Amino acid sequence: MSGSLGGPHGPLDLGGPTHLRPGGPPLARRRVDRAVIQSTSIALVSSVIVFGLLGLVVVNAPGWPEVRNYFLNPQWFNYSLPKIVDAFGVNVRLFLIAEVLILVLAMVIAVMRSLPGPVFFPLRLLATIYADIFRAIPGLLIIVLLGFGIPGLGIAGVPTDPFLYAIIALTLVYSAYVSEVYRAGIESIHPSQEAAARSLGLNRFQALRYVILPQAVRRVIPPLLNDFIGLQKDTVLVSYVGVVEAFRESSIIQAAHFNATPYVALALVFLVVTIPMARFTDWLVTRDRRRFLASAR
Amino acid sequence: MSAPVTAAVSAQPALEISGLWKSFGQLRVLQGVDLTVAEHEVVCLIGSSGCGKSTLLRCVNLLEPIDAGRIVVAGEEITARAVDVNRIRRRIGIVFQSFNLFPHMSVLRNVTLAPQKAAGKSKSQAEVEATELLERFGLADKRNEFPDRLSGGQQQRVAIVRALAMAPDLLLFDEITSALDPELVAEVLNVIRELARGGMTMVIATHEMGFARDIANRVCFLDGGVILEQGAPSDIFSHPREARTQQFLERIIEAGRL
Ligand SMILES: Nc1ncnc2c1ncn2[C@@H]1O[C@H](COP(=O)(O)OP(=O)(O)OP(=O)(O)O)[C@@H](O)[C@H]1O
Ligand SMILES: [Mg+2]
Repeated sequence: MSGSLGGPHGPLDLGGPTHLRPGGPPLARRRVDRAVIQSTSIALVSSVIVFGLLGLVVVNAPGWPEVRNYFLNPQWFNYSLPKIVDAFGVNVRLFLIAEVLILVLAMVIAVMRSLPGPVFFPLRLLATIYADIFRAIPGLLIIVLLGFGIPGLGIAGVPTDPFLYAIIALTLVYSAYVSEVYRAGIESIHPSQEAAARSLGLNRFQALRYVILPQAVRRVIPPLLNDFIGLQKDTVLVSYVGVVEAFRESSIIQAAHFNATPYVALALVFLVVTIPMARFTDWLVTRDRRRFLASAR
Repeated sequence: MSAPVTAAVSAQPALEISGLWKSFGQLRVLQGVDLTVAEHEVVCLIGSSGCGKSTLLRCVNLLEPIDAGRIVVAGEEITARAVDVNRIRRRIGIVFQSFNLFPHMSVLRNVTLAPQKAAGKSKSQAEVEATELLERFGLADKRNEFPDRLSGGQQQRVAIVRALAMAPDLLLFDEITSALDPELVAEVLNVIRELARGGMTMVIATHEMGFARDIANRVCFLDGGVILEQGAPSDIFSHPREARTQQFLERIIEAGRL
């Protein structure tokens, strides 16, 4: 933190003793500006050198021409990209539907785990077992077990669409994580808020719904978005149960033409979709931290 | 209402606590508290820090389960087993030292939430009543602000209005001025004076002895888990009988708070 309450040209005079003023006297201020310029240029130069050298090493490696042809072939790139973008629509649908279901199921689990008193012990136990199990088993295993297991039973009337089981599996796995995020948010709200709500005659659920949860959810939005970035990437796992999504599409092209450029194309698609969300999340985190510092003053 | 009925109603105490015990683990905080508060009476609870004033008020609001004893509010035993705690709490308002406003809601919403959700009033009716109360306590221009934009004194007045909006029969105040800057204390105490004039029954835990002397019909000194001494403010502050009360008041005078 540079503590720059003043503008770029000289600090805001707060009228306090000089040594307490943020930003300090103008002389020190100008020295800080120069230091910023200096460290930026050092970072720039060292980045150019490091990445330049790395690039040289790669390009001069003995296997480079073959690798370039196998992974970075412009012809296969142009051929596969539209097909992959097309198939990526399935991933998008997967994570949009799953996200909504996760937000709801995770909330139910989190609330179950937060219920106090011995009466609710069975519900708490159930929710805890659920969260433990689905965080312990790798997501891919859940997807495969559900996706092959349930349709495999051959019970009449039970759907066999792998897309359905893919959504169920992702929802179950991610709800376990997201419920923990919610729970941390609920526990971060001071008990005096619940006391105030209950003292007015609101019942336990009204206090939760109108007072605790709205504050808790606001606090957990950044970690929630982080989990959703993970979910977006994990949608490729459902290719294992036969859902033709972007990764499956890439594999099909790779196998048919023995060229892995489609994988690189898919990686690019993920970068384009995920990086803005990651940046947005970081921005939210920084903003919240700044706000917290401001209100804790 | 005919005269005999009124007499019968006011003969019944607004609050009657008998043999109230409360421990936190090994720590015995309340050890047989007896206290009766008449309708329209203002009772101030004094006592050293940690003597159990907050605990007593929280027990009356059923925010703390009690170990033994009875609490009767306007003839109804609220510590009975099958009682609906939410209905009871609607009749007993409490205001806390730390305001505890809901930070994600506007002032108006803070005040209308419980009338709407707990008392089942319509939104428009709750808002009309809330606006009237806010006006009465000089907060009308703050109705759309969020709590973090208000001064401590304003926040505490909103908290009082929030409790009043449920039209309680009994109001409990737990050191509601001790988190305030000295220059903000008066505005909050004036609200309580105004309530006393209006006949509100109140139990007030406070360190403001001058205020207690000024407003209380009765002052109760809580010590060792019981109400050791009680009486008119002039008696308690001028001629305390118990040695413990004398010590407490001497310490208060030394600290310049009387
Ligand atoms: N939830 C709790 N769990 C354990 N101990 C508690 C709890 N609440 C209060 N206590 C203890 O009970 C005793 C009485 O506390 P209480 O808050 O009622 O005192 P007080 O008279 O209100 O004090 P103050 O004037 O400082 O507000 C204290 O020793 C306190 O530490
Ligand atoms: Mg207290």
